[in-house]
Amino acid sequence: MRTALTPAVRIGLSISVATGLYGISFGALSVASGLDFWQTMALSLLLFSGGSQFAFIGVVAGGGSGLAAMGAATLLGMRNGIYGMQLNALLQPKGWRRFAAAQVTIDESTATSTGQTDPAEQRRGFWTAGVGVFVLWNIFTAVGALAGSALGDPKQWGLDGAAVAAFLGLLWPRLKGREPVAIAVVCALATVLAVPLVPAGVPILVAALVAAVFGWFSSGPRDEGLEPDVDPYPGREHGRGHGAGAAAGEGA
Amino acid sequence: MTLWLWLLLSCVLAYAWKLLGYLVPAAWLKNPRISRVAGVMTIGLLASLTVVNAVASGQALVLDARLGALAAAALALLLRAPFLVVVLAGAGAAAGLRLLGWG
Repeated sequence: MRTALTPAVRIGLSISVATGLYGISFGALSVASGLDFWQTMALSLLLFSGGSQFAFIGVVAGGGSGLAAMGAATLLGMRNGIYGMQLNALLQPKGWRRFAAAQVTIDESTATSTGQTDPAEQRRGFWTAGVGVFVLWNIFTAVGALAGSALGDPKQWGLDGAAVAAFLGLLWPRLKGREPVAIAVVCALATVLAVPLVPAGVPILVAALVAAVFGWFSSGPRDEGLEPDVDPYPGREHGRGHGAGAAAGEGA
Repeated sequence: MTLWLWLLLSCVLAYAWKLLGYLVPAAWLKNPRISRVAGVMTIGLLASLTVVNAVASGQALVLDARLGALAAAALALLLRAPFLVVVLAGAGAAAGLRLLGWG
C-alpha cells in the first residue's frame, strides 16, 4: 500500500488519538472505583468497548454487585453485535481476520468505516480506527490507572464527578432529536424510582428493561442511539453510512 | 476475587456480542427491531448510569457535589467541548464544590 495516508486512514488516525486519549479518564476512574491496575487493563484489553467498560466500573463504584456490573456492561455491548452485522456485510473479512475484526468492532471503527463509500477505503478506515484506538486506548488506560493510583482520595479530586461527566459525555451525542431525549428522561426517572427499592446496580438493569421494551414495541429510526462517542465526520448530519445502504436499504 | 470472575465473564460476553454479528445470517440485519432495541437500550443505559452516578449512594438518593459535576459537564457539552474537557469539568466542579464545603 503506497497510498499511505488516504482520507479514511487520516480520519482513522485522528479518531484513534481523540478516543485513545480519553482512556486516561477510564484508567483513573477505574482504580478510583476500586479495581486494581490489572483488572483495569483486563477491561481495556479484553472487553474493549468504552461504554461497557465505564458501565462496569460505574456499577462497582456505586456499590453494585459484580453480577449487576456484568449485566450493565453486557447489555450495553449489544450494539457491537449490530455493528458486527453491518461490517460483515461491508468488509466480509475471512479466516482469522474475522476474529480480529470482531475484537476491534466498536463505535469508532464502525463509524469511520461506514462513513466511507469506496470499499477499499471502508476497509482501511475500519482497520486504522480499530487497531489505532485499541493501541492508544490501552496505553492511555495504563497511564490513567497509574496516575489514578497515585492521586490518593478520589473524592478530593472530584473523580466521582468525573464519572458523572463521562456518562453524560457518552450519552450526549446520542440525543439527536426529541425521541432519544424522551427515552433518556424516562429511563432516568425509572432509575431514580428504582434506587431506593432494589439493590445497588439493579436500577440500571431496570432502565435497560424499560428501554428494551420501548425499542421492541415502537418504530423509529433504526440507527437511533448508535452514534459514536467521537464522531469521525462531525460536519455531516447523521455521519454514518449505516449498514452500507445495500444491507439496510435506507434512504436519507 | 469474585470480581475477577465477573470481570472476565463480562469480557467473554462482550466478545461474544461482537463475534455474533459476524456469524449471523446477513438477513438478520433487515430486522429493524434488533437494532432498535440495541440503540434504544444504549440511550437508556447511559441515561441511567449518568443518574446513578450523580445522585445514588447505595440505595439512598443524595444531593451533593456530584450534581455540580453534572451541571458543569452539561455546560461543557453545550459549548461543544471534547470528551476529555467534559470529564475534567465534572471533576473540577465536584472538587471545587467540596473545597467550598458542599457535598
